[in-house]
Amino acid sequence: MAPEPSLLSMSGITKSFPGVRALDGVDLDVQAGEVHCLLGQNGAGKSTLIKVLAGAHHPDTGTIRWRGEDVTLRSPIAAMRLGIATIYQELDLVEHLSVAENVHLGHEPTAAGFVVRGKAARSSTAALLKRLGHPEIDPTRLVGRLSAAQQQIVSMARALSHDVRLIVMDEPSAALDPDEVDNLFRIVGDLTADGVAVVYISHRLEEIRRIGDRVTVLKDGRAVAGGLPAKSTPTREVVALMTGRNVEYVFPDRPASAPQAAAVLEVEGLAREGEFEPLDLRVRPGEIVGLAGLVGSGRSEILETIYGARRPTAGRVLVDGRALRPGSVRAAVRAGLGLAPEERKAQALLMLESVTRNVSVSSMSRFSHGGWIDRGAERGAARAATRELSLRPDNPSVPVRTLSGGNQQKAVLARWLLRGCRVLLLDEPTRGVDVGARAELYAVVRRLADEGLAVLLVSSEVPEVLGLADRVLVLREGRVVHTAPARELDEHRVLDLVMEGSPAT
Amino acid sequence: MTQPVSPPRDSADKVPSTTEAPVWRSLVFRADVRTLSLLGVLAALIVIGGITKPDEFLDTRNLQLVLTQASVIGVVTVGMTFVITSGGIDLSVGAIVALSSVWATTVATQEYGFAGILFTAVLVGVGCGLVNGLLIAYGGMVPFIATLAMLASARGLALQITDGRTQIVTVDSILDLGERDSYVLGVPPLVMVFAVVTIIGWLVLNRTTFGRRTVAVGGNAEAARLAGIDVRRQRLYLYLLSGLCCGIAAFLLIILSGSGQNTNGNLYELDAIAAAIIGGTLLTGGRGTITGSVLGVLIFTTITNIFALNNLQSDVQQIAKGAIIVAAVLVQRRTASTT
Repeated sequence: MAPEPSLLSMSGITKSFPGVRALDGVDLDVQAGEVHCLLGQNGAGKSTLIKVLAGAHHPDTGTIRWRGEDVTLRSPIAAMRLGIATIYQELDLVEHLSVAENVHLGHEPTAAGFVVRGKAARSSTAALLKRLGHPEIDPTRLVGRLSAAQQQIVSMARALSHDVRLIVMDEPSAALDPDEVDNLFRIVGDLTADGVAVVYISHRLEEIRRIGDRVTVLKDGRAVAGGLPAKSTPTREVVALMTGRNVEYVFPDRPASAPQAAAVLEVEGLAREGEFEPLDLRVRPGEIVGLAGLVGSGRSEILETIYGARRPTAGRVLVDGRALRPGSVRAAVRAGLGLAPEERKAQALLMLESVTRNVSVSSMSRFSHGGWIDRGAERGAARAATRELSLRPDNPSVPVRTLSGGNQQKAVLARWLLRGCRVLLLDEPTRGVDVGARAELYAVVRRLADEGLAVLLVSSEVPEVLGLADRVLVLREGRVVHTAPARELDEHRVLDLVMEGSPAT
Repeated sequence: MTQPVSPPRDSADKVPSTTEAPVWRSLVFRADVRTLSLLGVLAALIVIGGITKPDEFLDTRNLQLVLTQASVIGVVTVGMTFVITSGGIDLSVGAIVALSSVWATTVATQEYGFAGILFTAVLVGVGCGLVNGLLIAYGGMVPFIATLAMLASARGLALQITDGRTQIVTVDSILDLGERDSYVLGVPPLVMVFAVVTIIGWLVLNRTTFGRRTVAVGGNAEAARLAGIDVRRQRLYLYLLSGLCCGIAAFLLIILSGSGQNTNGNLYELDAIAAAIIGGTLLTGGRGTITGSVLGVLIFTTITNIFALNNLQSDVQQIAKGAIIVAAVLVQRRTASTT
């Protein structure tokens, strides 16, 4: 290889926020045409690093060299001018504008300097979408009407509408189905073939194996390893670097005998038109039942309907043999149901509040007399519940937003533990939770089940459902296509079942 | 059985002792910075007033007047603080004060004396709040629109009742409350009502389940709903509460002015919102402070008083108010971004 300068070379980057040193002398070297993966647990500094790269944060010290020359990334526009584009996890699209308007936002093709040439914008957008393998997206459609996967394509089209040399992708596969992930990888392959570099952030090691060239591992604001070969570095080594300890996907053992008690949760013919077909299921105390299926198979909708957050069009939900009032979350909660929803920040947490208040919010009547809150009792109970789940830090008066993803999830579980809930509905419990914390979460869920909770689990990660659940229901397009004990299934069989007959793309 | 992965026990046990104290202290410190800076502004204003008009400003009568004037808008602001904390807004407060004050001072109402006037003022306030609450919580209307409609209708109704005339109060027991004879230890009854409303408001927001639900609904309504809180009922109660505060404020205004007018409470909605915002309540909801709101009211009232004493016209006052709102929000954003 010719010793030409790296496309991007960041060295000694530090960035402090009050009370936190987010980056502590990070080096990152990216070559043109490579897929450079960035790995690290939540809070390791990945987000801060890519924000520095995007010009959104200014480093305190350190140098950034771009194609051999020192540069300062003063603003996102400056980064964009150099050819650095960032696709954030939370897509930054304007829902009420069309696809073409979004793609060209801020650099619309104009006549006479200010008249937008809509036709030119639309045709160049159509060309970009075609290049990205999605010619079916209409440039005139409103972005708010597209699916999450399509919005991501639009976001990528926007990045490519600039003369881009480096694209940063922050967990782009998190919201995608397997076939969409395949398309994403094809796009990444095309880009790198054109000499564009990709900085790829993901929690999924198997993805990094598939498309990555090199890996940089961040831990506690430092790069603990730079430029490892992505395909040949052993998983154990990567995980050890990220966590500082040796952890793999560890699932707790199942109890020797299946629980015999009568079902606590019974679902009879529950359906929502257009979302899922009549469903029957039972969960016994001590049992973990898993729902496996693709995005769009009705998994989350089923959980939310059982919970009363959506009104069923048919069927009913019974707890201890008594039917719940349909479409009432309060009735469900009172009967002993608890939901840990998919979007923790948007659906479960009060981000401005302390852990204590997040944990106690569903059981306030237990610490209050005539509406008057006994704050000592509240704190004590919240502390007991968070201790039981080994939530870190062991101090429930800290704001919940300062916790890592795994600990935020524990705060949600602690809420239902404190409430004394009997049926736990878990929707993607490990989304946004790093590898090290997952095993701990799995152990917590199994322990809660062993203590007599009934658990209904939804996950898009098949190994998670197979590893954690006792019994698995496989869903396809809103219908249960197979039910079996988890130990009789394997990943291939489940994937066959969920994809069988689904239209090829 | 596979053991859960967790750090060794001894390191886990050290965590609280190293993190607890600073976190706790920084939280208190942050709350204090906000309150202290507002107190600082108020103190500076008092110094300015004392320097520019030493005899008049620091006179007991003048201070009593300032506090009395603050009472009416102050009670409204306490209710507004709850509504804003829940992520809502109530644009109709001024109009509700006007409608309550005129309905409670019609000839027919005045026949029932003190109790009739008080009862009517409060009932009209609560009634308007009920309409707002039902439209917003169960009718699915955006608070801005629903309360804007109430603003227009209530003002219109107030005009219809009075036909534009000032309704003089002839009930002596009402008028007496505005006289110096009724002051207790130099404190006007109106100010005592304001103080009681403030204390109750603080307790309800900070120490009760009602306050917690208010904050939860404002911080994340969807999360509150999925946590089992009846979000709609809570919203209804909040607009009822705001209406109740308007009714009480109308009663205070009747005492203060000895009359009911359809022009009462003009622009109270903006004064109350401004006071809450400079006090530190988030317009987006999820965080509210009664202490801050009350300090905001006192700051605005003191400015008005100092300007009046110095013969500056209300146009200058308005400009100063605008500048203070901008300055307060800028300062808060700075302190927020450094924490």
